[in-house]
Amino acid sequence: MKGLAVAILVVAVLFVLNGLFVGSLVPGVSISPYILQVICLAGINIILAVSLNLINGFTGQFSIGHAGFMAIGAYASAFLTVTYGERIRAGLGFLPPFARDGALLLAGLAVGGLLAAIAGFFVGVPSLRLRGDYLAIVTLGFGEIIRVWILNIDAVGGARGFSGIPKLANFFWIYLFAATSIVIVSRTVRSSFGRTLIAIREDEIAAEAMGVDTTRSKVISFVLSSAMAGVGGGLFGHYLMYVHTNSFTFIKSIEIIIMIVIGGLGSITGSVVGAVLYIGLTEGLREFAQYRMVLFSLLLIVIMIVRPGGLLGQREIASLLRRSRRMDAPTHPVIRA
Amino acid sequence: MSTFLQQLMNGLSLGSIYALIALGYTMVYGVLRLINFAHGDVYMVGAYVGYYLSRKLQGKEPSLTAAFLVMVGAMLACAVLGTIIERLAYRPVRRASRLTLLITAIGVSLFLENAGQLVFGPDPKFFPSLAPRTDFRVAGVRITSEQLTVIGVSFLLMILLRFFIQKTRTGKAMRAVSFNLDAAKLMGISTDRIIAITFALGSALAAAGGVLIGMQIPKIDPLMGIIYGLKAFVAAVLGGIGNVPGAVLGGLLIGTSEVMVVGYLSSTYRDAIAFGILILVLLLRPQGILGRVQKEKV
Repeated sequence: MKGLAVAILVVAVLFVLNGLFVGSLVPGVSISPYILQVICLAGINIILAVSLNLINGFTGQFSIGHAGFMAIGAYASAFLTVTYGERIRAGLGFLPPFARDGALLLAGLAVGGLLAAIAGFFVGVPSLRLRGDYLAIVTLGFGEIIRVWILNIDAVGGARGFSGIPKLANFFWIYLFAATSIVIVSRTVRSSFGRTLIAIREDEIAAEAMGVDTTRSKVISFVLSSAMAGVGGGLFGHYLMYVHTNSFTFIKSIEIIIMIVIGGLGSITGSVVGAVLYIGLTEGLREFAQYRMVLFSLLLIVIMIVRPGGLLGQREIASLLRRSRRMDAPTHPVIRA
Repeated sequence: MSTFLQQLMNGLSLGSIYALIALGYTMVYGVLRLINFAHGDVYMVGAYVGYYLSRKLQGKEPSLTAAFLVMVGAMLACAVLGTIIERLAYRPVRRASRLTLLITAIGVSLFLENAGQLVFGPDPKFFPSLAPRTDFRVAGVRITSEQLTVIGVSFLLMILLRFFIQKTRTGKAMRAVSFNLDAAKLMGISTDRIIAITFALGSALAAAGGVLIGMQIPKIDPLMGIIYGLKAFVAAVLGGIGNVPGAVLGGLLIGTSEVMVVGYLSSTYRDAIAFGILILVLLLRPQGILGRVQKEKV
């Protein structure tokens, strides 16, 4: 029941914030569209970073093709809402308009996430059967191939990009899914299944000796991560109303890696901090755009040499808070007379 | 038949360039168990050094001396670059986890690509022709002098490498490090030095590949290392990663199959074919054609 209450509270807070930001709640109160867009893109990046951390940070398998799965989700969901949007809306005529939009978005995201998951399965099975860094190279190749393939599909615009996507995603939906992805990943890694993932990261041979079906665990983790990237991509398309394969290059995958490395591999809080920090730095350094990636790549190398755990290591905000509370509290039980 | 032979010829000359790059991947993997992501970008830098050197030497007639100087200059420059990368980026994290090393490699790769775009400019550049060119006709097959140079130079370098690894003391030490790094260290081999030499050699070969590709497809750009690097890596995996003759075999196979697919099917699949081969190898024979299955020990 506590979980349900928290969920309702989160939805209500997001709804109110959304109203405040766009100015529909209190007349005259709103934030600039630029700031709102930055906040929304940060939310999408939180989804991508948190999901990539599941496979890279918690399972210890390096994927560098996250943008490929994002592209699948973006294009598949946009194709659904553009092609069948009217029919789905008509079928849902009994609902009020905003609910119809929401249902359509959810349908699109479901399709996008599902297709990304299927792609993740076919990429993951051959490469994750093996120990070693094969996933990295396979996902790198996959990311490039999928982009070229989409570029040649005329039904989704090809090289012109896919335009005319209805604007179904907004602050509310993006942060609802960001919160959901944080919950999914944190619940997963704390479950017994999550323990097997961490065991694989720490020592694959030992995990196998303890009876963990390592291939199965790795593939499930990777498929889950890909599906969430697909959902993130779907939100991206329905927020910007336009997608182009240039948004899903190798550089995008690397950006997500930088986010989770800055924050700390294996820390969900770190991924969120990393995503926000990265977007902040990118917008702040807009004048130096051409030097940006040079700086970030150097940052990546320096972090690896100086502080390979990133800012937070594997700590979470909950444990940080708990520790400070413990410091205030007496270290041994006080016996009262 | 003559079409097939023609394609085979084109495939061999492309494949020998893949083979040159694949050698660097396989050698570094042999000593460090690291996929050196930056290797493809070292190859790109090699092509650019070759470009600037040949621009400097231009004005004279295209001559073999100039071509030779360009080749050696690019190889030396990249050998130095490879050593610097190893010293500054990889050595400090060598004892850390494999993932740390891999992320560092991705960082180096990204740095070279972006610094390359800043320094060389993002637009493609056209490689000036280095040697006087003539076409030969053998049994209806057109063989350009560039193709002959590419194949000839690659094989010469591969034979030299083979000689170096099998016959010299340093080569022997390299094989020892590749077999077991810790044991080699206990036997008094300076593993740091051997690893540095491995990087220098691999990078020099990649630079040679870069100059040769400049001669054959006269268009170079700062991001060309990604796709060539990927294909060369697939070649190394196909031949058996860590196995030097395997890398050559894999490179030739990848090059030939790519040219055949483009020639007989469609050029859309140009980049997809290497990827498909990689998936097949990982499914059917992950140790590669010439590789041996290695039992993993705790």
